[in-house]
Amino acid sequence: MRKQKVKKNHLKVRLIIFATLAAALIICAFFSEHLCPYDPYAQDLSIAKAVPSPEHLLGTDRYGRDMLSRVIAGSKTSIYSTLLLVGFINLFGSAIGILCAWVGSWLDSLLMRISDLFLAFPGLVFALAVAAILGGGVQNAIIALAAISWPKYARVARSQTLAQKETVYLRAARLSGCSTFALITRHIIPNIVGPILVTAMLDIGTMMMELAGLSFLGLGAKPPAAEWGSMMSDTRNLLATHPWVTLAPGFAILISVMIFNLLGDTVRDWLDPENGGR
Amino acid sequence: MMLVLSGNEKTNNIFLERGRYYLNYIVKRILQLIPILIGITFLSFALMRLAGSDVVQELYSNRGTEVSQEIIDAKRAELGLDQPFAVQYVSWFKNMLKGDLGNSYVTGKPVFSTFVNKLPATMILTVLSILLTVVISIPLGIFAAVRHDRIADLLIRFCSFIGNAMPNFFVGMLLMQILSVKLNLLPVIATGVNFKSALMPALTLAVSMSAKYLRQVRATVLEELNKPYVMGAKARGVRNSVILWKNVLKSSLLTIVTLLALSIGSLLGGTAIIESIFMWDGVGKLAVDAINMRDYPLILAYVMWMAIIYVVVNLVTDLLYHQLDPRIRLGVTEG
Repeated sequence: MRKQKVKKNHLKVRLIIFATLAAALIICAFFSEHLCPYDPYAQDLSIAKAVPSPEHLLGTDRYGRDMLSRVIAGSKTSIYSTLLLVGFINLFGSAIGILCAWVGSWLDSLLMRISDLFLAFPGLVFALAVAAILGGGVQNAIIALAAISWPKYARVARSQTLAQKETVYLRAARLSGCSTFALITRHIIPNIVGPILVTAMLDIGTMMMELAGLSFLGLGAKPPAAEWGSMMSDTRNLLATHPWVTLAPGFAILISVMIFNLLGDTVRDWLDPENGGR
Repeated sequence: MMLVLSGNEKTNNIFLERGRYYLNYIVKRILQLIPILIGITFLSFALMRLAGSDVVQELYSNRGTEVSQEIIDAKRAELGLDQPFAVQYVSWFKNMLKGDLGNSYVTGKPVFSTFVNKLPATMILTVLSILLTVVISIPLGIFAAVRHDRIADLLIRFCSFIGNAMPNFFVGMLLMQILSVKLNLLPVIATGVNFKSALMPALTLAVSMSAKYLRQVRATVLEELNKPYVMGAKARGVRNSVILWKNVLKSSLLTIVTLLALSIGSLLGGTAIIESIFMWDGVGKLAVDAINMRDYPLILAYVMWMAIIYVVVNLVTDLLYHQLDPRIRLGVTEG
């Protein structure tokens, strides 16, 4: 009994620490323009490929652009695109999932077949098709990833809603005259939001890496735009001679993904019923 | 255990029935492939149609030649791109049923043989990286579970956590930097489809996947170790190693095998990023190249391959579940 209590407090501390770190990352990304020591796009060939030094903490790339500034500037693209993407697929997928479970019958089978289709669809092909229709850019990589990742949320929301639909309390609520809208918003959503939130939190890191991967292949953000994936791809032939240029954005990805993963894990443990709920 | 025993005592008749049940099940699932294939190829076709009336222009601009509108129109007619969308799709579909996937726009060679030629490279990479993953993650995962909350466990968990937060291209670059540039052990990029060149991309994939599996293996073994039967066996004086290898591992492996099946599926789709970093001539690189060149017939072949993998992998995992979990198996024979 005592041990459990200690563990719970521990969890709360962890939650606060990681939430603060994540918030700090998001705020830093928001003010990235003001945090850069140099202009991330200003080229100065006289100091090209400089080794890390007190003036340029992470060195400079082959155009003499300050790497630290570029990494900081890249945080805005990488972090905000990821949050936007996860937020969107979360809302859209869950809405579809709840709809499927609530209405059932042919609509359910139709939407689930469609989600099967998107799950089987190679993301790469979608990313290109979107890039070819709308032109390249981060926003199109987001659309491509959104199109293939919403089914996951639809499935989570659907199974959760189906489970809730069978409960006695919901039948009681319906008998006491609750409207469908109230049933969904007041009873179903608050009860299924936990698992969906956990899925979303754990997805942030993965999505950040997927976006960087698409940019790395040249299907997302394009150089000279400062985005971590495209920066790594752009400078990959400098790896053997000037490794810091290529690896700096990689470490930036590593650190941000790690923070979001830690936060996700902690939120999952926190919402876990075995911990006595909230 | 009781469930398994009672299953073994049943007569041949029931085994026959079970076989028929499985066969029915498999056929039903493979039939599901048809709507998915139709849907997915139609969707790709529609996307490409929306994307590119400029396929031919792209083709010529890639070759670096200026051509007149007549030549472009002629080429378009030759490729059948001047016809209505539905006609194009139906004719492509009819040919597909005959086993003809058309010719590549870029090289003019048959798509089917081009695609099949690239498959062995991807298969080699898949097999090698899965083997490496198993060799790395299973022993380490078990070790971490056995040494629960001691230094070794914390260290392994830390490493797997870091590995989980690294995109695979970053892992690839780090390995390149360490193994090729600093230690000069392996070639930086592939020198053809051979074992030495495959090792580096396979190791990259294995590191990324192991990070994921380590956690799963550790969690599964840990859960199994906490079950009452383990305590019972310990109380009866069974040695720890016997419990671990004979009981715990056996029941934990089921989960792991299922997970591996899913990974094999995504690896068979070709890991575009890894294949293009290491210049490994597989399906993934082919897809990226085809995408960049707007080589539609090749892209369609890739899309179909992915759909087939998706359905087959799901089928295999479901069958594995049926096969490996005795409770599900009993439900199958009775129902």
